[in-house]
Amino acid sequence: MTPMKLETRHKIARFFQYFVLIVVGFVMIYPLLWMIGATFKSNAEIFTSIGFIPTNPTLDGYIAAVTQNYGGDINIWRAFLNTYSYVIPKVIFTVISSVIAAYGFSRFKFKGRDVLFSIMISTLFLPQVVLNVPQYLMYNTFGWINSPLYLPLWVPTLFATETYFVYQLVQFMRSIPHDLDEAASIDGCGPVKILYKIICPMLSPSLVACGLFQFMWSCNDFMGPLLYVTTPTKYPMSIFVKLSMDGDTGFNWNRILALSLISIIPQLIVFFAAQDAFIDGIAAGSVKG
Amino acid sequence: MSTASASVRRSPFKKWCDQNTGLFFLIPWILGFLIFKFYPFASSLYYSFTDMNFFKGIREYGIMNYIDIFTEKETRTALLITFKYAFITVPLKLVFALFIAYILNFKIKFVNLFRTVYYIPSILGGSVAIAVLWRALFRDTGVINTLLSFFGIQGPDWLADRTWALFIICLLRVWQFGSAMVLFLAALKGVSVDLYEAATIDGASKTRQFFSITVPMITPVIFYNLVTQIAQAFQEFNGPYIITGGGPRNSTTLVALLVYNYAFKENEMGMACALAWVMFVIVMVLTVIAFSSQKHWVYYAD
Repeated sequence: MTPMKLETRHKIARFFQYFVLIVVGFVMIYPLLWMIGATFKSNAEIFTSIGFIPTNPTLDGYIAAVTQNYGGDINIWRAFLNTYSYVIPKVIFTVISSVIAAYGFSRFKFKGRDVLFSIMISTLFLPQVVLNVPQYLMYNTFGWINSPLYLPLWVPTLFATETYFVYQLVQFMRSIPHDLDEAASIDGCGPVKILYKIICPMLSPSLVACGLFQFMWSCNDFMGPLLYVTTPTKYPMSIFVKLSMDGDTGFNWNRILALSLISIIPQLIVFFAAQDAFIDGIAAGSVKG
Repeated sequence: MSTASASVRRSPFKKWCDQNTGLFFLIPWILGFLIFKFYPFASSLYYSFTDMNFFKGIREYGIMNYIDIFTEKETRTALLITFKYAFITVPLKLVFALFIAYILNFKIKFVNLFRTVYYIPSILGGSVAIAVLWRALFRDTGVINTLLSFFGIQGPDWLADRTWALFIICLLRVWQFGSAMVLFLAALKGVSVDLYEAATIDGASKTRQFFSITVPMITPVIFYNLVTQIAQAFQEFNGPYIITGGGPRNSTTLVALLVYNYAFKENEMGMACALAWVMFVIVMVLTVIAFSSQKHWVYYAD
């Protein structure tokens, strides 16, 4: 093969690579672009054109989304407030409790540690569906169903129940050299002080990644609030959007799409502000068998 | 010296504490495990052998729930559909993820931009907002059918069609291949360039290199993605619940949704637990098969 020919072949290959990436990427992202456009369309226009730029832009969808309420009890702002009132504690408690458990697993030797560690790993494979019914009955006995403080949604996270994060943090902590803790220990630092003075600062990128993932997952969580929140004034965003959709299907599509889009704006902002942390977070994770 | 004499004088309890410092940090986790994981896990197994009803309590013990699950049409269909769902979504998702990651791994410009575009669905895909969007795309007069009509094709009413509805639910999951892709991409970057150079000198084609070098070298990540995706697929709830409600005529009622219906609509908690356990055992068996097959196809460098 002549060098010239090789170069042409290379160029063709390049062209196809970009072609595939752009076409597939466009198909992937188009639904979201369409959604953004549709929120500015009139209900008459939404399903008659597939383009995402509205011919007669209108804010009707947004006005309806922010002003209308569901059953007179809850509106979009209230739903946001409700969501974050348990998502934020959940994120904070998950990170703190997971890092404490990970510290215990990765930095100390004691009898029974390996058994406990295997138990922790096996809970990674424990599907939530199996636990739902007894958990519901248990929370019912505690009087937590429909608790105004959303107790069932965040109290368990105080106890490092989000195994995935514990496991991730154990992996990261193992990669921090032990010399540092030993040096600190000789200087008279107790184990608690070593955790927050030495380990936590070194782990901070992973802690941020854990917090970010927990934030996204908790905002998206639908089944938790579906089971444990039944008072309309206490509905979080996920339930509010679902009920608005059920109530509106067929006519007010611009309103329901605007509402849906607003509901994910905080998540989009967090994602774009911290996208490297997200992507490094999963890429660095539990990949090794 | 003073520390040595101090430790001699310490009481046995204090000594025990010194040896088990780690255990103190695990106290919250141990409590959490016992209360929120182990107790529900064990009692779910117990309830599965009863006719536990939320209002009526337990009146009967036995294996009747399990007999029902394997004899009644509703549960058998749900199991079958769930298998179908998993066997459509998992391979499609992994193939897409690997294919795109493979292309991104050539020295592509704007690689971060592409990665972000492909990753966004994974972050948002689980939200109710995206389920709403899915309904807008696939309703009878939705975007997809408007698009098809430009080509003179009369699209079906996707979500009201028994064969298509499940496929649309699958598509929502496949659309979220970004997280698997990011893992593949990280693994591909780790494959040594020397291997490819040696193969090129030996005259191996790109396709040959892909199957003989790339795939074997990243089998640990393929394995990881396979196991986690199977477990996730068998638990899928949001998609069918929000988009189709399990319909039309139960054609998208996956096991997790049926468990929910039994437990929280019909208050038959015993039956719900039994069905959840059947699903759990299926996932467990598949995971064990995957783990024991590892030695035949997964290559660990260290």
